Amino acid sequence: MATPKLEWRGVSKRFGANKVLDGLDLSVAEGRSLALLGRSGQGKSVTIKVALGLMVPEAGSVLLDGVDVTHQRERERRASFAGIGMLFQGAALFDSLPVWENVGFRLINADGVPRAEARARAIEALGLVRLAPEVADLYPSELSGGMQKRVGLARAIAGQPSLLFFDEPTTGLDPITAGAINELIRDKVTSLGCTAVSITHDLHSARTIADDVAMLDAGRIVWQGSASELDHADHPLVRAFVTGNPAGVE
Amino acid sequence: MPHSAPGGVIGWVNALGRAVLDGVAAVGRVGHFAARGVAAAVTPPWYPRQILGQFMAVGFLSLPVVGLTAWFTGAALALNIYSGGDRFNAETVMPQIVALGITRELGPVLAALMLAGRVASAMASEIGAMRATEQVDAMFTLSTEPRRYLIAPRLIAATVSLPLLTLLADLIGVAGGMQVSKLLIDLPYSIYITNTVDFITRWDVESGLIKSAVFGFIIGLMGCYHGDTAKGGARGVGRATTSAMVSSAVLILAADYLISSIFARL
Repeated sequence: MATPKLEWRGVSKRFGANKVLDGLDLSVAEGRSLALLGRSGQGKSVTIKVALGLMVPEAGSVLLDGVDVTHQRERERRASFAGIGMLFQGAALFDSLPVWENVGFRLINADGVPRAEARARAIEALGLVRLAPEVADLYPSELSGGMQKRVGLARAIAGQPSLLFFDEPTTGLDPITAGAINELIRDKVTSLGCTAVSITHDLHSARTIADDVAMLDAGRIVWQGSASELDHADHPLVRAFVTGNPAGVE
Repeated sequence: MPHSAPGGVIGWVNALGRAVLDGVAAVGRVGHFAARGVAAAVTPPWYPRQILGQFMAVGFLSLPVVGLTAWFTGAALALNIYSGGDRFNAETVMPQIVALGITRELGPVLAALMLAGRVASAMASEIGAMRATEQVDAMFTLSTEPRRYLIAPRLIAATVSLPLLTLLADLIGVAGGMQVSKLLIDLPYSIYITNTVDFITRWDVESGLIKSAVFGFIIGLMGCYHGDTAKGGARGVGRATTSAMVSSAVLILAADYLISSIFARL
């Protein structure tokens, strides 16, 4: 059996008395796109933050290409995470830097690419998310929410990642912009041949961007299947998500 | 028999114990943060553009406020020596007292307090806002250690800039005293300068600069620590800003006493 690209193995995380992840087991195969669904407060963001090394679990481990990255030191972690891109819910653009420096941030500061070359590559990445070169010199505060998401996506893909994370990529966007972002994500994940993990509440988004779907509840995966199986799943929580009817769900 | 909350002396001892433990834990957290910040400042990778940017923000842009404060302090000190010191003929040594007061104490402390108000609060609010909007997390995912990119440049800039600002404050403060002397007792500039230069020792200036390097580190540390640990959105950032300024000011005055007492034994 092939080694998963990313794997959470028995991961537990608590905040005080609140156990957010409770022995979470989940894996994503190389080249697949997984959408993580779940109600608010069930640990979806924590799942991603643990994978990214932003939080350390109390128990369990996170394996990237079969290597345990849970407790890596700074230099090892920098090497392990070099091929990872992340699109944050609010885009999380650096508001003190112009758009091109946001997109080229990793190239300049982690990869040591000269600024002129980083700028050229940033403008190229902006083109991939259908933003004009003129946007490069604007500041994030001068952009609309949809444009900020696109810049965030350009930043995530600028380093040619092999693994991409998306945290609520369409939240707060109008349906047309959300649709465009979904298509961009799907397109980029496919064209780059990346593995992707997305958190979303939006079933339409999940169907568009994901091959596989997992439902997280009370810190564990309670259902997992392909995106096409979502509408026919018999798990009450998945049914409630699909129908929008909370009956039968605690 | 049902348990009830301890009251009276026991309750008071409990509260005191909790406060002491919280205080010790806070000192430990700040100490750990400082050690990691210093380690990031002295080991590569460094970010020269960030360091230069912080020198600009912390040092260069603080020049007007530090300069004005120093001038008025030197001038007011000279005025007080003239009006209050005539009881024991202190006005005859006005240049010497102004120079000593400015270089050893008022220059470093007042420049540091000005910087605490202007810089520590700005650092806390900027880093706190970056935390609240996940920019710090984003930096981490872009293979850039926030400690090295955000914290280390601020610690370096604050620690190096403040002695330079203090040196300038010393000169401007003495100049303030000189102008008041000319106005009040018609003391010629040349005599004022000669008296000051003949009296002041190298150690008077150096001790002030050593103090100000420590104060600069305190300002950078408090600004970064409170920003980095800010929680609770805009309200948390507001709290962090206030805490950074207040804790910097208190620690500067405490460190001033401590360092002065060490220097007094040398």
